Amino acid sequence: MDFDLNEEQRLLKESIDGLLTDSYDFEQRKKYMAEKGGWSKTVWLKLAEQGLLGLPFSEADGGFGGGGVETMIVMEALGKALVLEPYLATVVIGGGFLRHAGTDAQKAAHVPGIIDGSKTLAFAQLEKNSRYDLFDVTTTAKKKGDSYVIDGEKFVVLNGENADTLVVTARTKGDRRDKSGIGVFLVPANAKGVAKKSYPTQDGLHAADITFTGVEVGPEAVLGNPEDSLALIERVVDEARVALCAEAVGLMDESLKTTVEYIKTRKQFGVAIGSFQSLQHRASDMFVATEQARSMSMFATMANDFEDAKERSNAIAAAKVQIGKSLKFVGQQSIQLHGGIGMTMEARIGHYFKRLTMIENTFGDTDYHQRRVADAGGLI
Amino acid sequence: MDLAFTKEEQAFRDEVRQFFRDNVPPDTRRKLVEGRHLSKEEMVTWWRILNKKGWGVSHWPKEYGGTGWTSVQHYIFNEELQSYPAPQPLAFGVSMVGPVIYTFGNEEQKKKYLPRIANVDDWWCQGFSEPGSGSDLASLKTKAERRGDKWIINGQKTWTTLAQHADMIFCLCRTDNNAKKQMGISFIVFSMKSKGVTVRPIQTIDGGREVNEVFFDDVEVPYENLIGEENKGWDYAKFLLGNERTGIARVGVSKERIRRIKDLASKVESAGKPIIQDPAFREKLAACEIELKALELTQLRVVADEGKHGKGKPNPASSVLKIKGSEIQQTTTELLMEVIGPFAAPYDVHGDDGSNEAMDWTAQIAPSYFNNRKVSIYGGSNEIQRNIIAKAVLGL
Repeated sequence: MDFDLNEEQRLLKESIDGLLTDSYDFEQRKKYMAEKGGWSKTVWLKLAEQGLLGLPFSEADGGFGGGGVETMIVMEALGKALVLEPYLATVVIGGGFLRHAGTDAQKAAHVPGIIDGSKTLAFAQLEKNSRYDLFDVTTTAKKKGDSYVIDGEKFVVLNGENADTLVVTARTKGDRRDKSGIGVFLVPANAKGVAKKSYPTQDGLHAADITFTGVEVGPEAVLGNPEDSLALIERVVDEARVALCAEAVGLMDESLKTTVEYIKTRKQFGVAIGSFQSLQHRASDMFVATEQARSMSMFATMANDFEDAKERSNAIAAAKVQIGKSLKFVGQQSIQLHGGIGMTMEARIGHYFKRLTMIENTFGDTDYHQRRVADAGGLI
Repeated sequence: MDLAFTKEEQAFRDEVRQFFRDNVPPDTRRKLVEGRHLSKEEMVTWWRILNKKGWGVSHWPKEYGGTGWTSVQHYIFNEELQSYPAPQPLAFGVSMVGPVIYTFGNEEQKKKYLPRIANVDDWWCQGFSEPGSGSDLASLKTKAERRGDKWIINGQKTWTTLAQHADMIFCLCRTDNNAKKQMGISFIVFSMKSKGVTVRPIQTIDGGREVNEVFFDDVEVPYENLIGEENKGWDYAKFLLGNERTGIARVGVSKERIRRIKDLASKVESAGKPIIQDPAFREKLAACEIELKALELTQLRVVADEGKHGKGKPNPASSVLKIKGSEIQQTTTELLMEVIGPFAAPYDVHGDDGSNEAMDWTAQIAPSYFNNRKVSIYGGSNEIQRNIIAKAVLGL
């Protein structure tokens, strides 16, 4: 049991923190947001140069063989700096599918482009009525000789506007909510029949709603078992949840720090408002919420290596509940303690609040995961 | 960063667990599970079993009878002890006055008191709070006046836990009225059998008699019973309270109670089905378990940090332990109340002598709920804890 970073992990943290301190202040971020697709290719290539885009891939695949703790370090740092670039969509999720289910040929085709920063991915999973159930899939993939023909609509696909490859969940057989019969397909974003409607999201990221009309893909597009890949999807989405927990911890750390600085300097009635006990206690509660979230982010990171899939999912669901509760409290109280200025676009704090808020509603909200933990019989 | 227990640590856990299985008197365990009070004999019997094993004062330095365990081993021991459950060592002796004596006492005091603390030959109680000095402890008024080779002590302490059993008291007394309030306090120990000591029990809202008022009326105490230096008692008190950082989360206690909630909730019916099948109840329980898991991890972070970097600089996360630990303990007692519903009502005047065994165990659930309101008040109320975080951690 050791919660300290080892030498390599400490260097990793220093290197990403250093990079983001230099290239990701609030004004720079605004400029990146205005670029095509809503993020900066230059920053992305810097991340690639430092090896961060290849972090979780095995050395055989050209990566660095990083584990859960390494991803946690990176995601916390990305959260702290409110980074827009599609690390989650490309490295964690897209890369996750390739790591867990990609054939050698598929990895050779996609991983080098991820690692050198030339290619990004997006995960086309959410449907109009699926909400948080990963098995609720109406998009179809019909077999046609060696190929599959994909038809359906996917929504709020993060990085959908820029991605070169879409990772698409589609049903090869069965009914809408059947747990079997779901496959995962690597679809080129420029394939015939793919239509995208892109837009910025509330938290400054970019997403797209994507329609697939008779999109034909070859056997090289099939990831894992096309008729039974729910376990794979759950595995990768669990990893995405763990990554989001760490990102949220970074966001909460920065929100708390910014808010405490603010109430130390903002004066009313002739004194710093941080001298008032009601505000001090609120800030203390924000600290408690952040530390509890950090503990559960670590727990989720540890759980990601559990061999038993049910135990893993249950632990990660529990973490997402704690993160959801903590982020709501920290986010809301950060705005409250800032007062009027917290309501403005020109203050940083509101942007942290917005990203935190969207994390709660990504891959299962607090109620959804609490129900899962309850249904699994709890943790003890 | 390595977040798993080592093989050695797991083996240690098995060893500790097996020892409890083999050695905790079954009746003692049952009473704890049911939330009953134990008699003095039951507690002392168990502590002597523990002491004989060499685990009575496990966290003391080896030269005074400690085990030399790592922080993680202490954590495992405490968790297993709390969740078995077995009675925890008498904090007033083992965790409070003992460390003060071996850290600040003279050789004679160490020889005289420490072995007797370890074997509970003396039952110690804590003379800190006074009627006018709760959260503002340093305002205490109990006076110790030097007269030749004696102290003459006058005043009153309150909330003195289990003083009715006590042989000895460690007491904060004002020895200098002119100094700043923290600077005029001394740490003095003396026999509860001394002439002029009167103990009056206070009945708490759960019906129990755990706490007392203690009156001192010209109590004569040998001068040599002063621990450390005169007027430095406040420093020793702060040291003493700081020692209790990780135990206060009581993760094992809450775990044990959650197992009990699940057990009862699978038997008690609501709407024709066990209440554990009621989604609303189940989600509340899950929410509590998740909070507890987070607290457990926070505690492990503090423990691992202490093990690596020493206790000198408290981990900022340690302030979380008291607040969350007490809130979760209270939530577990609320959930038990919810499980038994209307059967919370029957009243059982329980004594400390364990003579009410015939009473249905449900009668202890409401008292336990009432009793647990104390946990967010004692040991520095949760509001004081928030002041501490604001000041010491956030720099406000």
